Amino acid sequence: MEGLNLDYMLGLLPVLLSYVPLTLFMAVTGMAFALILAALLAVERVVRVPVLDWFVRLFISFFRGTPLLVQLFLFYFGLPQVLGFLAGINGVTATIMGLTLHFSAYMAESIRAAILGVDRSQWEAAEAVGMTRGQMMRRIILPQAARVAAPTLVNYFIDMVKSTSLAFTLGVTELMGAAQKEAAGSFLYFEAFLVVAAIYWILVEALSFGQRRLEILLNRAHAR
Amino acid sequence: MISVAGLNKSFGGTPVLRDITLDIAPGERVVVIGPSGTGKSTLLRCLNFLDRPDSGTVRIGDLSVDAARATRPEILALRRRTGFVFQNYALFANRTARQNITEALVTVKGQTAEKANATADRILAEIGLADRGDSYPSALSGGQQQRVGIGRAMALDAELLLFDEPTSALDPEWVGEVLDLMRKLAETRQTMLVVTHEMQFAREIADRIVFMDEGRVVEEAPPDRFFDAPEDPRTRAFLRRVTDTR
Ligand SMILES: Nc1ncnc2c1ncn2[C@@H]1O[C@H](COP(=O)(O)OP(=O)(O)OP(=O)(O)O)[C@@H](O)[C@H]1O
Ligand SMILES: [Mg+2]
Repeated sequence: MEGLNLDYMLGLLPVLLSYVPLTLFMAVTGMAFALILAALLAVERVVRVPVLDWFVRLFISFFRGTPLLVQLFLFYFGLPQVLGFLAGINGVTATIMGLTLHFSAYMAESIRAAILGVDRSQWEAAEAVGMTRGQMMRRIILPQAARVAAPTLVNYFIDMVKSTSLAFTLGVTELMGAAQKEAAGSFLYFEAFLVVAAIYWILVEALSFGQRRLEILLNRAHAR
Repeated sequence: MISVAGLNKSFGGTPVLRDITLDIAPGERVVVIGPSGTGKSTLLRCLNFLDRPDSGTVRIGDLSVDAARATRPEILALRRRTGFVFQNYALFANRTARQNITEALVTVKGQTAEKANATADRILAEIGLADRGDSYPSALSGGQQQRVGIGRAMALDAELLLFDEPTSALDPEWVGEVLDLMRKLAETRQTMLVVTHEMQFAREIADRIVFMDEGRVVEEAPPDRFFDAPEDPRTRAFLRRVTDTR
């Protein structure tokens, strides 16, 4: 085994780092949409609107039951053949869409569990003061459920950051795609992918640190 | 005028309230007593539809709600005319003491934050917690939490306040301060329907005592007559039991 080409790796680092913003953009946008969608799905699963509940369960079952890669290919290559308006969809949009739908299905289940974990007295107190169901959910139940679900949701965000690398399979030149191109030019595959791995690793470690801080903060809130 | 007529409620086929009829005049303070499992909590919870009665009507002022065909807006309207004080306080855990008082004023009554906060200042002073407004419930003692619970209900200017054993979950050391606050409130002639096991307190504040047994109103009378000359044998048996354990 030959030694690592450290100079090459050092030179590659700034090149690949310049793709980090795109990775974060896809993850943050996907997370924002996924959170909204997951909250709606979770509330529906708790309230159980007739008929709609059936669709929501089908949705959650499908997006949890099939691989993200398969879903991305469906959106990017498959759906445009059937739905004309999706014809021009670009890889980044398709990735964000896929991440949103896929992760919202998982997140809906943890938010639902957190909602059902909110003490019955909180629901009754909100009802007794005359709140509508929407007010009760928005002002009393969801904020308390969010506290419980937050650490889990950060886990999904971390997973989502790593999953953005699949955008590479849709022809998006993001972190992984860029590394692949660089490696193909230099034939230094090991070095190139090692740098990519290091970048993801550091990103995730930073997020995990934030997650621990968040947990401390959440445990302290409502305490004084 | 508040009137309850022909109220029935069963849980899983077991009747818990049987044909309850009860009138409460404005400013009247009514105390409900009776053995455990008799349906006292259920009665209170049926009055604001926390539990939906199977049949009967609840009328508060010009609002009359028939359980058989109560609509969602009617139920909300009924709840907005009543305040409820829970045995376990049930303060909003994600809100400070002050916010527990302002929450419904802003979201339900549509008041400005400024107006709601002015009300909260007044109420916090009345319940003796002017300096604890920014505390979350978890940082308050049981007695303080229940006083906020009462303050939250007071702030709504409800036509009827319902109290379900407000001191039963409290450590003995906090019972006095909560009863004192309720006495103060009773002196303002706030219309109240109170379930309690505190007989001395009932005697002091009540205009009328209602004795329930097995889902029925067995006897109602002013406190002196009720305690000193109860008529129904079931009332006498109950009073003998509770005074024996003293
Ligand atoms: N949600 C419910 N589901 C099933 N049964 C219930 C429910 N709520 C109350 N019950 C039953 O109804 C009966 C009356 O209960 P309720 O709580 O109204 O009694 P109570 O007079 O308030 O008693 P206590 O003095 O112990 O508080 C009890 O037998 C109780 O088990
Ligand atoms: Mg009870």
